[in-house]
Amino acid sequence: MKPKDTAEHYILSSSPHTHSHASVSRIMLDVIVALLPTTAAGIWFFGMPAVWTIATCVSTCLVTEAVCRLAMKRDNTIGDLSAVVTGLLLALNLPAGIPLWMAVVGSVFAIFIAKQVFGGLGMNPFNPALAARAFMLISFTGPMTTWLKPYWWRTPEAVTTATPLATMKTWFVAEATASATPPGLCNHACTGFPSLWQMAIGEMPGCIGEVSAIALALGAIYLLWRKVITWHIPVIFLATVFAYSLISGGAPAMAQVLTGGVMIGACFMATDYVTSPTTAKGKLIFGFGCGLLCMLIRQFGGYPEGCSFAILIMNAVCPLINRWTQPRPFGAR
Amino acid sequence: MKTVKSAFKFKGGVHPDYNKELARDKAIERMPVPAELVISMSQHLGAPAKCIVKPGDYVVRGQLIGEKNGFISVPVYASASGLGQLIGEKNGFISVPVYASASGLVKAVEPRLGAAGGKAPAVILDTTAAPNSVNDGQSISESGESGEKREITLKPLDWKTATKEELLKRVEEAGICGMGGAGFPTSVKLNPPPQKRCEYLILNGAECEPYLTADCRLMIERADRIRVGVEIMRKVLGGPAVRIAIEANKPEAIAAMEKAFADIEGNVEIVVLPVLYPQGSEKHQIYATVGRIVPEPPALPCVVENVGTVAAIADAVEKGKILLSRVTTVSGDAVVEPKNIEAPLGTKYADLVAFCGGAKEPPAKVLSGGTMMGFAVSTLEIGTTKTTSGLLLLSKKRVVQYTSQACINCGRCLRACPMLLNPAEISKAVEANDIKSAEPRKPRRPRPRRSEECPLNEQPTANN
Repeated sequence: MKPKDTAEHYILSSSPHTHSHASVSRIMLDVIVALLPTTAAGIWFFGMPAVWTIATCVSTCLVTEAVCRLAMKRDNTIGDLSAVVTGLLLALNLPAGIPLWMAVVGSVFAIFIAKQVFGGLGMNPFNPALAARAFMLISFTGPMTTWLKPYWWRTPEAVTTATPLATMKTWFVAEATASATPPGLCNHACTGFPSLWQMAIGEMPGCIGEVSAIALALGAIYLLWRKVITWHIPVIFLATVFAYSLISGGAPAMAQVLTGGVMIGACFMATDYVTSPTTAKGKLIFGFGCGLLCMLIRQFGGYPEGCSFAILIMNAVCPLINRWTQPRPFGAR
Repeated sequence: MKTVKSAFKFKGGVHPDYNKELARDKAIERMPVPAELVISMSQHLGAPAKCIVKPGDYVVRGQLIGEKNGFISVPVYASASGLGQLIGEKNGFISVPVYASASGLVKAVEPRLGAAGGKAPAVILDTTAAPNSVNDGQSISESGESGEKREITLKPLDWKTATKEELLKRVEEAGICGMGGAGFPTSVKLNPPPQKRCEYLILNGAECEPYLTADCRLMIERADRIRVGVEIMRKVLGGPAVRIAIEANKPEAIAAMEKAFADIEGNVEIVVLPVLYPQGSEKHQIYATVGRIVPEPPALPCVVENVGTVAAIADAVEKGKILLSRVTTVSGDAVVEPKNIEAPLGTKYADLVAFCGGAKEPPAKVLSGGTMMGFAVSTLEIGTTKTTSGLLLLSKKRVVQYTSQACINCGRCLRACPMLLNPAEISKAVEANDIKSAEPRKPRRPRPRRSEECPLNEQPTANN
């Protein structure tokens, strides 16, 4: 008798047999899309050096990823786009005028040391882009703190300048030494200090992708809408920075939020899945810790900017936070 | 009787593609007896029934072919029941009898593949054979409802005058087990230990599995049977409050039940549940309807019963009908005409598909049950059982095949998990062969004690 069914043709798998179509690649693509506005803003303000830095970082990260996987005899994972995200994030956290070979070194560090050595995507304890940035800041302190002026090509006589944060750092010092000038009122009067509007659109010196708060906010809204990130970390991070600066004095609170790496840190770096807590409660603690550490470093630390170090420190604490905030199973007492 | 909205929302849950519109408006059709039936001895939770017929025997529809059998040596908690009876120890035997769902000649008694993948003894029945002997012992009615000449039925009971014991015995004799999917022996569920009083009888009409519409049609078309079943169960359980749980995406079913229960006395409410998978999960349904969380091990004064089972109880008591058929949704985008079919138990999947006009294209995947908890099967030669709620034929474009990527801790599984577990961490621990990490460390912060078989675990992302 001829068999009626075609047994061997049916696909067998365990349940569920339906899928939400979320995937690592799709999530990474969403992050890339969300970073486009700030990438564009960075190129707008800093010109071709920004383009070269971004291209160098992204391509180096992809090549390093492919080479690492080949050397480890594992599947090629450049298709998951995580290396593109790392490269792009690293570039956006570098000054536009950085020598390109340094960008190459930083990118190799990000993928090889900070990611693949630990076992690749999902296993890295620290955000690879931030780890590389910290590494570069320590190794190449000079170039890493030399900032191009926005539209530097219009003023060829002086293309580099100090960031607003460096200026604000002096206000903290001024306040600590009971200077006669109330720093909060300095605002527009101070030479070269950008107005709030300039800070919001990003017309100020800084890393390529950190300057435009509006572009970053657009990206963050996109990620929230796509449900890639939840509100917890960015909102608590920014709120903590804001509240701290209100209490501590020094620069105006809005300036603290809008300058430096706080916006890109809160929206794109601290929300990195791999290195941030998975539970809502954990995310609140994480966001608060990032904001607090960032402000403590800004006020008391040796560097004018503390955002990347704050996030890296919280990355290290993340497994602990995860342990503390494990959900209690439904029905368990 | 009143209709209320669910006041309690459990955490987690997902919204899969429901695709219920395929079969939602198809009235239940009774399928003629196919030429061959494959009647499994394992249609319920517990030990398979013991087959008492042999090849060459002629059996009459409704004749006992599988005796209640089996001994469970380890104490098994009734996870299917909120009351938390200790089965096994108390009853010793937990099994459900199996009856011939059509008259015919026993061709073979052999192990056959079941939907879940394991083999169990099954009776292969040739229903086209002529009777070669006449069985006696039980009353044989000359006009079976299925159009057959001979059918064994039980004596109809008047539930108003029958005792609790008579009713329980009837439920047991009629071979009724939970028809929602678990197949828990209903007579055991309805007979909690004497010191435990049942406060709530919850009717599970959530039907949260995608594609399935059998329960929905049953509530629309046989609301009166369900009402009788509720009254019988209420009597057996000592008058608990009744909650009828229906997901909000079944307005017709809600209306039909409202009509049927309009004049019922006592504490009866229809609870409209928001559409969210898994509203039909017993623990989550108890929480959604009465706001109580089932502890571990389960012990709550609630009995949850599927609406199909309740209708079967009404038929068994009032009409003396043995459970010989059930409504199965045959659906999926590869079926010519999706239908809700009442077919004799043991109808082969191939015959169900043929009754729906066949397949539009060769299905890529065949599921017994819904897309969330159903089983992918390798053949259409499997017979339906008391728990076959659906048969889905999915085309290639409906089947997602993927290679899992690395877990990136996105947390989607945590947000989706209705049991409030941390699937990512469990998965990583298991992959690292570190079972201990997947278990609780301290009572203060318990980790999963038993990971329920969970479809959501793999649902949200490539992280599985």
